[in-house]
Amino acid sequence: MQRTLTKNETDAVLEQGKANMLKEPSAQQIAEERIYASMGVTDSEYAHICELLGRQPNYTEIGVFSVMWSEHCAYKNSKPLLKRFPTTGERVLVGPGEGAGIVDIGDGQAVCFKIESHNHPSAIEPYQGAATGVGGIIRDIFSMGARPIALLNSLRFGQLTDERVRYLFEHVVSGIAGYGNCIGIPTVGGEVMFDASYEGNPLVNAMCVGLIDHQDIQSGVASGIGNPVYYVGPPTGRDGIHGATFASEELTEESEAKRPAVQVGDPFMEKLVMESCLELIQSGIVIGIQDMGAAGLTCSSAEMASKAGNGLELHLDEVPQRERGMTPYEMMLSESQERMLFVIEEHNEPIAMEIFNRWGVICRQVGRVTDDGRLRLTYGGEVVADMPVRGLVDECPVYEKPSQVPAYYTANEQVDTTNYPEVTDVNDALFKVLGSPTVASKEWVYRQYDSMVRASTAVAPGSDAAVVMVRGTRKALAMTTDCNGRYAYLDPYMGGRIAVAEAARNIVCSGAEPLAITDNLNFGNPEKPENFWQMEQAVDGMAEACRHLSTPVIGGNVSLYNENAKGAIYPTPVVGMVGLVHDVDHITQQGFKQAGDIVLLLGTTKAELGGSEFQTVIHGVTEGRPPVVDLDVEQRLQRAVLGAIQAGKVQSAHDAAEGGIAVAITECAISGGIGVTADWQVEGMRPDVALFSESQSRIVLSVAPEHEEAVVEWCAQYEVPVQRLGVVGGDRIQLRVNGKDAIDVTRYEAERVWKDAIPCLMQ
Amino acid sequence: MKVAVLVFPGSNCDWDCVHAAEETLAEATVERVWHTTEDLTGYDLIMVPGGFSYGDYLRSGAIARFAPVMNAVAKAADKGAYVLGICNGFQILTEAGLLPGALRRNTGLKFRCHHSKLRVVQSNTAFTSEYGQDEVIDIPIAHGEGNYYCDEQTLEQLKRNNQIVFTYEENPNGSLEHIAGIINEQGNVLGMMPHPERAVSDLLGSKDGVRMFQSIMKVWRERHATNVN
Repeated sequence: MQRTLTKNETDAVLEQGKANMLKEPSAQQIAEERIYASMGVTDSEYAHICELLGRQPNYTEIGVFSVMWSEHCAYKNSKPLLKRFPTTGERVLVGPGEGAGIVDIGDGQAVCFKIESHNHPSAIEPYQGAATGVGGIIRDIFSMGARPIALLNSLRFGQLTDERVRYLFEHVVSGIAGYGNCIGIPTVGGEVMFDASYEGNPLVNAMCVGLIDHQDIQSGVASGIGNPVYYVGPPTGRDGIHGATFASEELTEESEAKRPAVQVGDPFMEKLVMESCLELIQSGIVIGIQDMGAAGLTCSSAEMASKAGNGLELHLDEVPQRERGMTPYEMMLSESQERMLFVIEEHNEPIAMEIFNRWGVICRQVGRVTDDGRLRLTYGGEVVADMPVRGLVDECPVYEKPSQVPAYYTANEQVDTTNYPEVTDVNDALFKVLGSPTVASKEWVYRQYDSMVRASTAVAPGSDAAVVMVRGTRKALAMTTDCNGRYAYLDPYMGGRIAVAEAARNIVCSGAEPLAITDNLNFGNPEKPENFWQMEQAVDGMAEACRHLSTPVIGGNVSLYNENAKGAIYPTPVVGMVGLVHDVDHITQQGFKQAGDIVLLLGTTKAELGGSEFQTVIHGVTEGRPPVVDLDVEQRLQRAVLGAIQAGKVQSAHDAAEGGIAVAITECAISGGIGVTADWQVEGMRPDVALFSESQSRIVLSVAPEHEEAVVEWCAQYEVPVQRLGVVGGDRIQLRVNGKDAIDVTRYEAERVWKDAIPCLMQ
Repeated sequence: MKVAVLVFPGSNCDWDCVHAAEETLAEATVERVWHTTEDLTGYDLIMVPGGFSYGDYLRSGAIARFAPVMNAVAKAADKGAYVLGICNGFQILTEAGLLPGALRRNTGLKFRCHHSKLRVVQSNTAFTSEYGQDEVIDIPIAHGEGNYYCDEQTLEQLKRNNQIVFTYEENPNGSLEHIAGIINEQGNVLGMMPHPERAVSDLLGSKDGVRMFQSIMKVWRERHATNVN
């Protein structure tokens, strides 16, 4: 615990801080030298700020405005698009706008979840960037009052043949592991994909899922005029200053110089802050609580005041400080980690202090709720900043960016993806696709994550969705992250639809009913009309799928300016979905279970190679149109499969995704540790096209022979086409297509290729 | 039977131990005991759980050994209470000198979490009597520093006194002689890297951990019956 400073020491710190303040630019200099521009504030925004203040802002004030008005905090480029998402539903208890959304799961319990990106910090300093991304999303969950029970992630990197990419991959994964393992929340799932478009700008999206009783739901609201405001967590340092602004611009060579904008995480401290804050919330005395995430003290204080329609006065001398002579500007913009802000009634202070003292966590009163709607900062008894809360939170200009169809999209319409030279050695093609890092086993990754702490993980990483049990009930929660950036690049609208549909399909395959999603929109610079068009289209596609599949968006995150010298990343609208397993008996996995079981393919296979793994790996191109998903068909498929699973008639279920049926069947065999013999009729289609087509709305089931008829009939009721592919058993994966041998390999060979691919590249 | 599950700042398997003990030891009362507690009199089983006590800063278990509760653990162990250290708990027990040797960084330098096959090489202990001698069981591991090491003399002693209780079938971390768990000479303090508390139901992928708790219960009953008589 930090030693309390003596009066003399406090005075010295204050003197030093004041001296440093004098070195900061004056309001006049900021205006004349356009210093605001380096903080990402435009001329017209600056003029607007002057108008709101009735004068020129000083250095602290322009700093505060610049982060509050950054894309990261204000969504100024994406707000109009986000309004297109459906955000309500019978089960939705808390939608977008709070730290995280919350969905009812019955019996007075609810699930709270959110996904958030830490792309730019991870590109510069991969270990800490990824670790603090995990730390940040965990705070979002427990600040709602929920107990975090699981972590997931969605990662994108360039090609592993590149040394820098390997470095980023290695350290991002260990950063995620380092934080999650230490704090004791299992990392249960996620996805990793590799494509040159992410070179130099990896994507690191972290998702946290929490469990909460309805009566414990918190809000980040500073109400009750005169109530004290408390700071909790480690002292503030100079780390992460302007992180939110940093996240809202393109990465350049100069970005390396902004390494100090990346924060350093301490999962041990977060564990203590989490336990003490959850205990504080359980004590029932909290009026409002919010984490200090992006833009630290600035964002948390302004948002808490705004939600209550009040003002807030902060006495910055009271803020615990790790470094000497910090100025108000630095304290307000620091993104030091593991900090929280909360409001209680004054008479409850002893209760709070007892909890934080016991956990050895610093807690100090730093301000009060006021009635004047101002965010006022004092330092050494003087007012050093005075800004309207509404101006900070609500008055940020919103931009409707111009949008333009990119030339590549138009050109792709002419591309015929069914006419590539026929691949006759299908075994070889299968091995190439299995060995592609995007398809290959991610064991190298998830083995570094503690996926079992809390002793509730029923399905660990490696199946369609992870499943975590809800202790004391028969229920469980299924969770997944999904997005195929190649599809989204070729057709952002369809790619957006597919991301939602595939997430739901994965949830259903695990035996759960899809509940809701959180989204992470990773895109390039929105000021380029082609990029904005991608965003618009993707959001529309996602929104439509969400409406159709009754999975509203309960919160999310937008990450723009994901570019490098070569251009924008593939548009990557990541979907994090949670589903409810009504009874643990329904939990289903992808691996085949027993010799003699019948393998069924549900859905229709079309010649759809656009954006497929096969197209990229074998033919070296990503072109044409991606597969088409028909949402009615998708919905019927999912209902049929969930019904069959819940009726206890399904042994295993796996959706056909990257690599098509060839990879899906192989994964079922590898995961189950047992082979398969199949004979597949696909009228008028070449075996290579049929096997590697990534047509949507297809699921591979295995069922016990005595249930085959019932499942086939069940599917017919939902008008879902069913084909009998073959029988589980043996040590080979044998797949004939239209009566001809296509795939015939040993399960062992396939497993080696699939499992060794990433470890070999990383050696 | 009274069970204490110690809680250090940074312990994160404390609740898992509580739940596992409650679910497998029907007649036990299980309590979480704070690291500042100075007296553990009355507890029959003391579990030192996994996690990252004090962030594992400096070295795993190196700070936790100085917590007030560790003196109490030593005293209770002296008086014959059973002490079970799991993962970080094992690291703490070696740092505190209650078990010989040390746990070093895994040879692969990476944290590893997966199911692992253990061989019960000593079923004649209070913790393993319900297993068969040389039985292979499935208990998950999750650690970055589980590479057991001791000097040759200590290893000789461990072997001579039958103190090596579990070995890995496939060594995941470079441990000397594949050692996964050891017991003290008196036979009442066991430390192991794998997590038996995570293997207590089929839904978790294994319930091979249950018999460890049942073994402890069995000797406790025997001892208790003797005391009553």
